[in-house]
Amino acid sequence: MNSLDFDVAHLLAGGLVLISFIMLYQDRLYALLNTFALHALILAVSVAWQAFIQHAPHLFITAMIALFFKAILIPVALHRIIQRLGVHREIETVVGIGPTMLFGMGLVALSIAVMLPITAEANPLARQDLAFALAVLLLGLLLMVTRRNAVSQVVGFMSLENGLVLAATGARGMPLVVEISVAFSILIAFVVIGIFLFRIRERFDTVDVQALDRHRGER
Amino acid sequence: MNGFSFYATALILLIPLFGAAVLVALPGYWLTARLNVVFALLTFGAALLVLLGERPPPEPFLLVDDLNIIFVVINSFVGLTTSVFSASYISHELEIGRLTPAYLRFYHAMYQALMFSMNLALLANNIGLMWVAIELATLTTVLMVGIYRTHEALEAAWKYFILGSVGIALALFGTILFYVAASAVIGEGLEAMRWTTLIQHVSKFDPALLNLAFVFLMLGYGTKVGLAPLHAWLPDAHAEGPTPISAVLSGLLLNVALYAVLRFKLLLAANPETIAPGPLMVTMGLISLIFAALMLYRRRDIKRMFAYSSIEHMGIITFAFGMGGPLANFAGLLHMVMHSLTKSAIFFAVGHIAQVKGTQKIGDIRGLTETHPSLGWGLTVGVVAIGGLPPLGIFMSEFLIVSSTFAREPLLALFLVAGLLLSFGALFLRLHGLAFGPPTGSTVPLNSSYLPMTAHLSLVAIAGVYLPPPLVAWFQHVAGLLG
Repeated sequence: MNSLDFDVAHLLAGGLVLISFIMLYQDRLYALLNTFALHALILAVSVAWQAFIQHAPHLFITAMIALFFKAILIPVALHRIIQRLGVHREIETVVGIGPTMLFGMGLVALSIAVMLPITAEANPLARQDLAFALAVLLLGLLLMVTRRNAVSQVVGFMSLENGLVLAATGARGMPLVVEISVAFSILIAFVVIGIFLFRIRERFDTVDVQALDRHRGER
Repeated sequence: MNGFSFYATALILLIPLFGAAVLVALPGYWLTARLNVVFALLTFGAALLVLLGERPPPEPFLLVDDLNIIFVVINSFVGLTTSVFSASYISHELEIGRLTPAYLRFYHAMYQALMFSMNLALLANNIGLMWVAIELATLTTVLMVGIYRTHEALEAAWKYFILGSVGIALALFGTILFYVAASAVIGEGLEAMRWTTLIQHVSKFDPALLNLAFVFLMLGYGTKVGLAPLHAWLPDAHAEGPTPISAVLSGLLLNVALYAVLRFKLLLAANPETIAPGPLMVTMGLISLIFAALMLYRRRDIKRMFAYSSIEHMGIITFAFGMGGPLANFAGLLHMVMHSLTKSAIFFAVGHIAQVKGTQKIGDIRGLTETHPSLGWGLTVGVVAIGGLPPLGIFMSEFLIVSSTFAREPLLALFLVAGLLLSFGALFLRLHGLAFGPPTGSTVPLNSSYLPMTAHLSLVAIAGVYLPPPLVAWFQHVAGLLG
C-alpha cells in the first residue's frame, strides 16, 4: 500500500478521535454543535479519502451524506431548535471536565490495547481504522453519560454513529446496503428525536433530561 | 413447489409492508382496526404456508430454515391475536380520549411496520440486513411507547430510545468486526455478510476477532433482549406504552433479539478455536433471573411487575440456550414459545383490568374474580402458568431446564431453582390481592372479546398435558441444530 494513502487516512481517523476529545470539554451548546459539525466534516473527508484509495465510488455517497446531512443540516436544525425552545445555553455535566478527560484517555488507550493485537493479521488500514473507530465510539458513549441535556446526549449519540461509519468504511468492500442503511437509520432516528424534542417542549419547559427523570424510583 | 414457497416467504414481508402503507392513509377507527386484524391474519396464513410447504433454497437476502420458521410462526400468531385484542383495547382508549384519531392512524401503521421489521429480522440471510431490521423494529416501538405523550410515557420512550440505540450501535460494531473477520477468508462484498456462506467458512476465520465481535453482539442484542445489566429500558417501556405494545414487546421483540444472539452463537460454535459463547449467556441469563426475581417484590405497578417477569423469563431462556445440548435447547425453545403465549395473554388481561379499574396500581385493584370473573380467572390462570405450576406448559419447560442443569451443573441448578422460587413467591403474593378478597373500584362489566386471552391460555394448558409428536420431533431436530 502506498504510504501517502495510509498516512492521510491515519491523519483523518486520528483527527476524529481528537475532535471527540474537544467535544468532551465543551460547556456551551452552540460550541458543542459547531464542534460536532467539524467532527462530521472530518468524517466526510475521511470517507471520501477511503473511497478514493479503495476505488470504491459508492463510498462517495456515504461521504456526501456525512457532509450535507450531518455536518450542515443537523447542526443548523439543532441551532434552530435551541433558539425556538429557549434551551439553556450552558451544558450541565454530571462529572467534572478534568475526570472526564482522564477517563476519555483511558478509553482510547483501552480501545487501542484491545483492537491492535486482535487485528494483527488484518490489513493495516482496516486495523488502525477499527482501533480509532472504537475510540470514537467509546468517547461518544462517555459524552452521552456525562451530559444531562437532551440535545447534547443526541450529539453524543451522533458522534458515536460517526465512529461506526468510520469502522464500516475502513472494512474494505463492506456492502453498500449497510452503509446507506446506517445513514438512513440516522435520518429516521433524527426524525424521532425531532418529534421527541417537540413533544417535550409541548409539555414542559425544558429539554433537560433531568426533568424527565423526576418519575424515577418507586412505582 | 420451490417457487411457490418463495412467494409465500415474500408475502410474510409484503403483507405487513402493504398494510402499513394502507393504514397510514385511512382515517377512522372501525375500518382500520379491522383491516389491522385482516393484515395480521393474512401474514399468519402466509407463515403457515411456508411452514407446511417445502423450504425454499436460500436466497441472497432471505432464508427460511427450521430454526427461524418457529420464530416466524409464533411471531405472526401472536401478532394476529394481539391485533384482535388491540381492536377492543383501542376503542376504549378512544372513548376516554387518551388517543386521538390522528394518533390512531399512526398507531396502526406502526403496528404493521413493526410486524414487517420483526419478520424481516427473522428471515434475513444477511447479518447486515438483520441489523437494519432490528434497528427499524426499535424505532417503531420507541414511537409507540411514547404515543400517550404523558410525562411518564415520554420518559420511558426517551430512555428506551437512548439505551436501545446504544445497544444497536454496539451490535453494528460487532457486525462490522464479523465482516472484517469474514472478508479475510471469503473475500470482500456481499458474500462475507451472507449467513449461509458464513456458516460454511466460519471455521477458518480469525478466532480472536470473532471473540471480540461476539462480545459486542451479545452486549448489543442483549440490551434488546433485556438481560440484566442492560435491562433498564424494559420496565418503563412496558408500563407506559399502550398494552398491546407491551404484549408484542414481551412476547415477540425480545425473542427476535434473542434469535439474533442465537444465530451468532451458532457461528461461534462452528469455530473450535473461539471462546465458548455458552458461559457468557449462562451468566447473563442467571443474573437476569435472580435480579428480576428480587425486583418483583417491590413492584407497585401491575404492568411493570409483569415486565420484570419478562426479564426473568428471558433470563431463563438465555440460560437454557447457553447451557446447550439437545435437552436444554429443546427446553429453551419450548419455554420461549410458552412464555410468548402466556405473557401476551397476561398482558391482554392486564390491559382490560387497567382500563376497567382506571388504574395500574396493584394496591388499588382487589377482588377481580368477584367483579370481573373472566378477567380475574384469566389473570389467575396466566399467573399460575407463568409461575411454572403444573400442569401448564411452562412447568414442563422449566422442569426440563432444571433437570438437565442438575444432571450437568448441580451448583448452577441451585441458583436457577432459587430464582424460580423467589419469583414464584412474589407473583403469588401479588396475585392473591389482585384476584381475591373484597373487591374495590369500578364493577362495571367490560364489553370486549376474551378470545385472544382464552386462545393463548388454552394452548398453554394443552401443551402442558400433551405435545403432538410431530411438534416434538421438529423441536428436537432444531435443538440438535443449535448444538
